[in-house]
Amino acid sequence: MTALSRPATLQAPPPPAPASDAEVLSGAEIVVRALLDQGVTTLFGYPGGAVLPIYDALFHEPRLRHVLVRHEQAAAHAAEGYARSTGRAGVVLVTSGPGATNTVTGIVDALMDSVPLVVITGQVPTHLIGSDAFQECDTVGITRTCTKHNVLVKDVRDLASALHEAFRIATTGRPGPVLVDIPKDVQFAQGPYLRPDQVRPTHGYRPRRRAEPSKVAQAVEMLAEAKRPIFYTGGGVINAGPQASAALRAFARETGAPVTSTLLGLGAFPASDPQWLGMVGMHGAYEANHAMHDCDVMVAIGARFDDRVTGRIDAFSPGSRKIHIDIDPSSIGKVVRTEAGLVGDAGEVTAQLLELWRARGGADLARLKPWWRRIEGWRSRNGFGYRPSAEEIKPQHAIQRLAALTRGRDVRISTEVGQHQMWAAQFFPFEEPNRWMTSGGLGTMGYGLPAAIGVQVAHPESLVIDIAGEASIQMNIQELATALQHRLPVKVFILNNQWMGMVRQWQSLLHGGRYSHSYSESLPDFVKLAEAYGALGLRAERPEALDDAIRRMIDHPGPVVLDCHVSKDENCFPMIPSGKAHNEMLLGEDGGELSQAIDPAGRRLV
Amino acid sequence: MSETPLSAYDLAHADAPERRATFAVIVDNEPGVLHRVVGLFAARGYNIESLTVAETDHALHTSRITVVTRGTDQILDQIRAQLEKTVVVREVAEVGRDPEAIERELALVKVRGSGAERVEALRVSEIFRARVIDTTHESFIFEVTGAPAKIDKFEALMRPLGLVEVARTGVLSIHRGAERR
Ligand SMILES: Cc1cc2nc3c(=O)[nH]c(=O)nc-3n(C[C@H](O)[C@H](O)[C@H](O)COP(=O)(O)OP(=O)(O)OC[C@H]3O[C@@H](n4cnc5c(N)ncnc54)[C@H](O)[C@@H]3O)c2cc1C
Ligand SMILES: Cc1ncc(C[n+]2csc(CCOP(=O)(O)OP(=O)(O)O)c2C)c(N)n1
Repeated sequence: MTALSRPATLQAPPPPAPASDAEVLSGAEIVVRALLDQGVTTLFGYPGGAVLPIYDALFHEPRLRHVLVRHEQAAAHAAEGYARSTGRAGVVLVTSGPGATNTVTGIVDALMDSVPLVVITGQVPTHLIGSDAFQECDTVGITRTCTKHNVLVKDVRDLASALHEAFRIATTGRPGPVLVDIPKDVQFAQGPYLRPDQVRPTHGYRPRRRAEPSKVAQAVEMLAEAKRPIFYTGGGVINAGPQASAALRAFARETGAPVTSTLLGLGAFPASDPQWLGMVGMHGAYEANHAMHDCDVMVAIGARFDDRVTGRIDAFSPGSRKIHIDIDPSSIGKVVRTEAGLVGDAGEVTAQLLELWRARGGADLARLKPWWRRIEGWRSRNGFGYRPSAEEIKPQHAIQRLAALTRGRDVRISTEVGQHQMWAAQFFPFEEPNRWMTSGGLGTMGYGLPAAIGVQVAHPESLVIDIAGEASIQMNIQELATALQHRLPVKVFILNNQWMGMVRQWQSLLHGGRYSHSYSESLPDFVKLAEAYGALGLRAERPEALDDAIRRMIDHPGPVVLDCHVSKDENCFPMIPSGKAHNEMLLGEDGGELSQAIDPAGRRLV
Repeated sequence: MSETPLSAYDLAHADAPERRATFAVIVDNEPGVLHRVVGLFAARGYNIESLTVAETDHALHTSRITVVTRGTDQILDQIRAQLEKTVVVREVAEVGRDPEAIERELALVKVRGSGAERVEALRVSEIFRARVIDTTHESFIFEVTGAPAKIDKFEALMRPLGLVEVARTGVLSIHRGAERR
């Protein structure tokens, strides 16, 4: 028995439903009904031959809002934005073949960043599968390794339970994308509809939400003995919902420990809190990285020790014992050795810890004074410092002004990928979870605009801004049409440095300043481009014009593109060069040494 | 400077010793399930030394995949955790570490030789309770079953006696006792 990992969960599959009381519908109607019963109100999609029956069923369904995108990749990212800002599953509906393959980037993105998606793809009729039929592709084969789960439904009698199971799997445990591939004949066929409460789980999958009490006790004792503790929180806290952020705040307050977060966890802990150290990692805060390096007990909550965070693994926080809370057991011990692994939901486990912490009467906070003194020392270095300019708009300054001029509003930010993304993470303060949507694990340029669209659909009253680079934005610029069509007043704030800035930075760091193909040649006129789509186009070229342009952007009731011309050769600091430790960070003021910062071994890393 | 780059992706425990492990993986018997398990090994760079699959219970729709792999303890823990988190996987047991589990493998071993070597091959085969299933004047084919280590040993003894070719089924596993697993 000892080697058995799971309690015996073998159960007979659900008996065939009593056909008598089940309503009989077409497969397409079953899809629509299942979405409604799952509480879905919005889906992102694009039609085509193999999903026409489902589109037909949508035609008469006022309760489902279908947002027509302009490229299926954008449907997936929009659904991600929707999911990340609401905590609910994002739903995608696309056709077979090219429709399905176009979503793959978005599906991988969602898998990497643990975003719950349900992707419904049409497939050629069952009798044509395998015959290289028109717009046929092996969708479940292609997406098998990039979904949390996927299934081809060949029998309409299995359809309702497959869809309900898809929502269960996508939204529970470690969230992720689930794909349901439905052949066209199955969409036409008549079959029984079963409600969510009528289907039994078809798989043994049952994630654990509460941690083992003995591990909780061990963690509490480790923390009580710690002299230099730190909370290292991540996207898992966002996944766990607002109550997890609340539990984290309470626990941090009572334990007195400093808090840092990954790129994906920003907003779980308020940026205005004195215990907040800023983001950790490659472009994270000086104080956060030093504190991670020198801590004696690290409490990782819903964070996966990504290489952008750990840097050189054998030099990562060498003197600390680690407590790791994660709902996915495979995250624990995957990258670093962990003394206490607590498998469960970030919110529930943090609440368990807090309860026991209180029961033991907390611990003496005065013991942390020397630790905080050291942290204050690091803080005083002003690691995010940059040289201001009266001549040109500094990108960091642009983000700071954007933050200042939007303060007090319900702002939600998405980003593309590159330097602008890092500056946004560094300079835009988040006070609440679900306000920050960014592609971290896959780092997908082209994510930001469709994600902003998804966020705006879910939060019509919010001010939704995509902080973009001039290269990234061109990867899904066509979604301006989606924004216009659906009256989604998203703002695109382009930090236009005329370079693939992040690439240029690495080329100056690693490749002797040979800027191979990283110049943004032949840029469109973004103002005219915005106008061509029917959006408002604005441009800011000088520092004194910036505030006014930002105000006009915010005040305009429709979609806006603000082309903000910034310094061309600004680099993003601090930076932990590849192959270096957290306490070997480069600061902006050391910028001159960029080309010598990385040794030949580090150069081979990414 | 070391030849291998100090990769951000290097595992901290990379120097730890490797061992062989046999996992019995009970899966939902649905299309693509083998691909899912094999794909997981391929995608994460784990190696597969042998693999057997069979439907074990038609009514329960379950199959048993027995996979022999190799890695450090840290890697083997990861393999297990990754298998367990796969939605179609119901149960994972590490067979070698479970006294309740039995492993067996079948091998067909072709040996060519004459004179004393041929006699010795036959003698060894008797010790291993191997059966002769084909013979010519200068060769035998033996059929031998047992735990993988026994087969390894048989192979090693036959090598100097003229071993030509081996075909192995891969490891099958089952649990002792009257209960179904
Ligand atoms: C250009 C660029 C630069 C970057 N630089 C940095 C950087 O400087 N710093 C940085 O931090 N990142 C950076 N990133 C992002 C980085 O690549 C990773 O995406 C990020 O660090 C991962 O965040 P995370 O650890 O919070 O994990 P996530 O990917 O958010 O994973 C969440 C973890 O929480 C677990 N989890 C999920 N749900 C729950 C739940 N309910 N309860 C408990 N656990 C749960 C999951 O199993 C998983 O282990 C950068 C990305 C790009 C593109
Ligand atoms: C789809 C995709 N292709 C390539 C890359 C590699 N890449 C990372 S950042 C970057 C440059 C981004 O340039 P820009 O959008 O102008 O942003 P900046 O870094 O200048 O702020 C590139 C090409 C990527 N992340 N995604």
